[in-house]
Amino acid sequence: MLGKTANGLFWMYRSLERAENTARLIETGQRIALTRLELGDSEWRSVLESAGSLGHFEAVHDELTKGAAIDWLLRDRDNPSSVLSSIETARQNARLVRTALTHEVWEATNAAYMSARELLARKVVERDLPGVLGAMRQSASLVRGMTHGTMLRNDIYNFARLGTFIERADNTARILDVKYYVLLPSASAVGTSLDNVQWETILRSVSARGGFRMEYGAGAGTREIAHFLILDKRMPRSLAFCLRKIRDNLGYLNNGQMRPGPAQNKALHIERTYLSHDIDAVFDYGLHEYIQTVLGLLAELSGQIETDFRFYE
Amino acid sequence: MENGPNFDEMWGSDQQLRQPYELFQSWFEGEDPKRLRQKQREAEDLFRLTGITFNVYGRAEAEERLIPFDIIPRIISDREWSRVTRGIEQRVRAINAFLHDIYHRQEIIKAGRIPKEMIARNEAFEPRMIGVSPPGGIYTHIVGIDLVRTGPDDFFVLEDNARTPSGVSYMLENRETMLQMFPELFSQNRVKGVQNYPTDLRRSLSACAPDATGGRPVVAVLTPGIYNSAYYEHAFLADQMGVELVEGHDLRIVDGRVAMRTTRGYTPIDVLYRRVDDAFLDPLNFNPESQLGVPGIMDVYRAGGITIANAPGTGIADDKAIYSYMPEIVEFYTGERPLLRNVPTWRCSEPDQLAYVLDNLEELVVKEVHGSGGYGMLIGPTATKKDIAAFRRKLKARPANYIAQPTLSLSTVPIFARQGLTPRHVDLRPFVLVSPGSINVTAGGLTRVALKKGSLVVNSSQGGGTKDTWVVED
Repeated sequence: MLGKTANGLFWMYRSLERAENTARLIETGQRIALTRLELGDSEWRSVLESAGSLGHFEAVHDELTKGAAIDWLLRDRDNPSSVLSSIETARQNARLVRTALTHEVWEATNAAYMSARELLARKVVERDLPGVLGAMRQSASLVRGMTHGTMLRNDIYNFARLGTFIERADNTARILDVKYYVLLPSASAVGTSLDNVQWETILRSVSARGGFRMEYGAGAGTREIAHFLILDKRMPRSLAFCLRKIRDNLGYLNNGQMRPGPAQNKALHIERTYLSHDIDAVFDYGLHEYIQTVLGLLAELSGQIETDFRFYE
Repeated sequence: MENGPNFDEMWGSDQQLRQPYELFQSWFEGEDPKRLRQKQREAEDLFRLTGITFNVYGRAEAEERLIPFDIIPRIISDREWSRVTRGIEQRVRAINAFLHDIYHRQEIIKAGRIPKEMIARNEAFEPRMIGVSPPGGIYTHIVGIDLVRTGPDDFFVLEDNARTPSGVSYMLENRETMLQMFPELFSQNRVKGVQNYPTDLRRSLSACAPDATGGRPVVAVLTPGIYNSAYYEHAFLADQMGVELVEGHDLRIVDGRVAMRTTRGYTPIDVLYRRVDDAFLDPLNFNPESQLGVPGIMDVYRAGGITIANAPGTGIADDKAIYSYMPEIVEFYTGERPLLRNVPTWRCSEPDQLAYVLDNLEELVVKEVHGSGGYGMLIGPTATKKDIAAFRRKLKARPANYIAQPTLSLSTVPIFARQGLTPRHVDLRPFVLVSPGSINVTAGGLTRVALKKGSLVVNSSQGGGTKDTWVVED
């Protein structure tokens, strides 16, 4: 496979994952804003922070309002991580790697693009927001489904998956980073209504409410939430789950080599050093410092993948 | 050429339904126009979803547009088609022999059949190809011969496309769309298939690999990139052939071979189907500003290390001034009378012919020698007085830059419009694959149709559309 094609696949799937994550962040923000009036616009600040674009937002806006935040996250082309920008980037990369995709995956990607262009052509009124966000997530899911159902399990698939899981791990880590203080055991009295809101925000942001309830019932607290999102290998958005997938896909790509490649080593290092202890060790290390370290290592890993597989030169 | 009543391929010149359309017509009569209109919209949605678009040059934002598709097929009988095929094969043989001769001994010039300056002073002539023999002796691996029709058995060659003819993806997608929308039509009519084209293309290109290539040659398609107007087609063909789609920056010369950068290192390429113009192919040998090509590829080529399809310098054979000599060229190299006719052509470089053209501008079509895409031409009968006056000045300033032809009464085929079937002018581009000892003409080709009433301009860049083209067994 061409290095350029590996690069295009990696970013196509990173962008698709990002579009879906951003859509989910907006949904969560809106949900919280509607049900907990007292929080006001501060919730949107942390949504923007989780999306990694608060700084950029503030640079081009004088005031943080709900409407401005939603529009920025949803359809602003100045924001490279907006849902619309991400879908456009995904489709642009899909065009670039058209020969590596099945007909079904290409058409699903093109359909996602056409529907985003249509639904996001104008500012979305509040009444339409749930429908539009649902449609965006659904069309991204269709691409994922077609990928699962029609793509050969070869290098092409592995690069697609690497992009997906690097982006997903990065997203989960960022959400944890923004909200880490509400997960600290000492932060506040357990069970206050404020905490419940915050916990719900975190779980909704990673589509984990149902899974968490199923696993822990109603009586669990911060420790369990942190464990679930960081270390639980069954939870498809946890750091441990993503890193295991990344390690597997790098392993398939390196199949037949005598020694693991540099990126593979980096992934193994993250898993062994940061994801194979229990959650108490994480709190002992310091949750904030821990997440910061993991975020840095993920960025390094992404760079190493680019080098190992000759994405550019 | 005679100015009789216009020939319609469905209804003839006398409103009598022609044989190839009989089954279609009885199907059409039983159809509800409302359903067909719905189908026409469905076709458009299908094209949009497939992403079969072209980018329009000269717009600030690269815009992707659909070429309009008309659901009424153009139907040609097997008998008519086999005559056309024989003519095309003969012409393509002659073109390859001509190219070899022009870049070697130039016998045709020595024999006085073509004036020396037609070659020597022609910008499409490529001096770097002198004495170079491409692998397998093939210059034009892929050719598109543009045909127009004026009567049941009157086909004329309008243009030979010997550089990088495009449009074959539309031929294939048009058929896919028709198969999906009107399967019953294909049960009733025995339509010859076109879907083997990508396999044939790969086989044909592989057969032209350099001699040293062992086993399965590595084939790749070279595209100028995602912003090129025909990018969709480049990706489509690479995908359908199952080969890599590369850009200049994916390639470099490694150990005397052209190699592509893969995730596991550099892999040599044996056959490069390039959709990049000669001038951009090699910044070391041609345009030094080019970002699209591969520095040094011409040196590898001259040393026999790679097949470039089509060969550099083939433009000399589809130049519009050379076109006027095609009957002589066919006769000179094949020893046969040309089976396909040329449209009579006045060369404005010759003073007496220029004088005639200037006197008759209102009736002629005047084209630039190196032009394409329907740009920069004058269609006398439909042009305004002002246009004609402006063109007259251009023509006088650079006469050698132009040729002129009579306006043919091009055949029409019905399109499906609001009011039902209504005739529109068409042309046809059959696609030809050439490899050592084999010339393969795909049954059908791309029919382009002028959607405006009375218009003769079929180019997609100028508001033309396309149709599925059927060759039906009798």
